[in-house]
Amino acid sequence: MIPDPSWPPGPLRFLAPLLRATVIFMADGVQVAASDEAILVARLRQGEASAFEELVRGHAPPMLAVCRRLLRNHEQDAQDALQDAFVSVFKAIGSFEGGARLSTWLHRIAVNAALMKLRAKRRRPERGIEDLLPRFGEDGHYLEPPAPWDDRVEAAETRAIVREAIDRLPEGYRTALLLRDIEELSNEQAAEVLGITPNALKIRVHRAHQALRTLLDGRFREAHQ
Amino acid sequence: MTCSEFTEFLDAYLAGDISPAERDEFKRHLAACKQCVDYLATYERTVKLGKDAFEEPGCDVADKVPEDLVKAILAARNRK
Ligand SMILES: [Zn+2]
Repeated sequence: MIPDPSWPPGPLRFLAPLLRATVIFMADGVQVAASDEAILVARLRQGEASAFEELVRGHAPPMLAVCRRLLRNHEQDAQDALQDAFVSVFKAIGSFEGGARLSTWLHRIAVNAALMKLRAKRRRPERGIEDLLPRFGEDGHYLEPPAPWDDRVEAAETRAIVREAIDRLPEGYRTALLLRDIEELSNEQAAEVLGITPNALKIRVHRAHQALRTLLDGRFREAHQ
Repeated sequence: MTCSEFTEFLDAYLAGDISPAERDEFKRHLAACKQCVDYLATYERTVKLGKDAFEEPGCDVADKVPEDLVKAILAARNRK
């Protein structure tokens, strides 16, 4: 293995014992975990092979889960995206800022890799969302009045139904909803990743919620007696 | 406020992203409109169901990374 010449080993050798000392004296569990992370980052920057293996084994599972969600469970695409994500991680670990959590940084890289894969695969023009939005008459009244939903649907079954409905949303709306509600990015972060304004992002998420509601309505609407 | 306007600003209403005056107008419409009460309830339930849809308790097998893939990722790093 050829060590990357861009690593600045001097300052990191100085940092490593300091970080270890931090671990010993911190009583708070969260801070200990954060310091463990700092040690791992320092080892990664020094090019320790075992540190890379630790990184991949420890952090790949949630990253693969993100790729699977965004790529609609296409396993090969998700695995390709994960590989792309780690290529980016290995390139950029030298510039990783200690201020952010490592897991947050890795999550963002996985999101970006999955979205790149998604864009590369998109061929058909996107289906509109209009026919999934509520319709109103000229006076602003519902053309199909809403009705309450039944509560008695078993949880595991419900999750499968909802995932399937999310998969049926037009792509731009599906990704906006996943990034904001599932991957828990802020409006600003999700907007940045998708290359749209925060306001456009908010509108997309709202439309996605409305469309998802329409798709679920047929399954959950209370039966009329 | 019409039902159409009510649904349009629903997200902003739920996020508390509107003025107190607009909020009062929402509340007044809700007090008088059963259909918007139903729409609001099912919309909120939709958002919650969406957030819960990918949580599978005790189902971490699905997130396992195949050993071949781990090896390929580490090999890619060694090649660089
Ligand atoms: Zn109404």
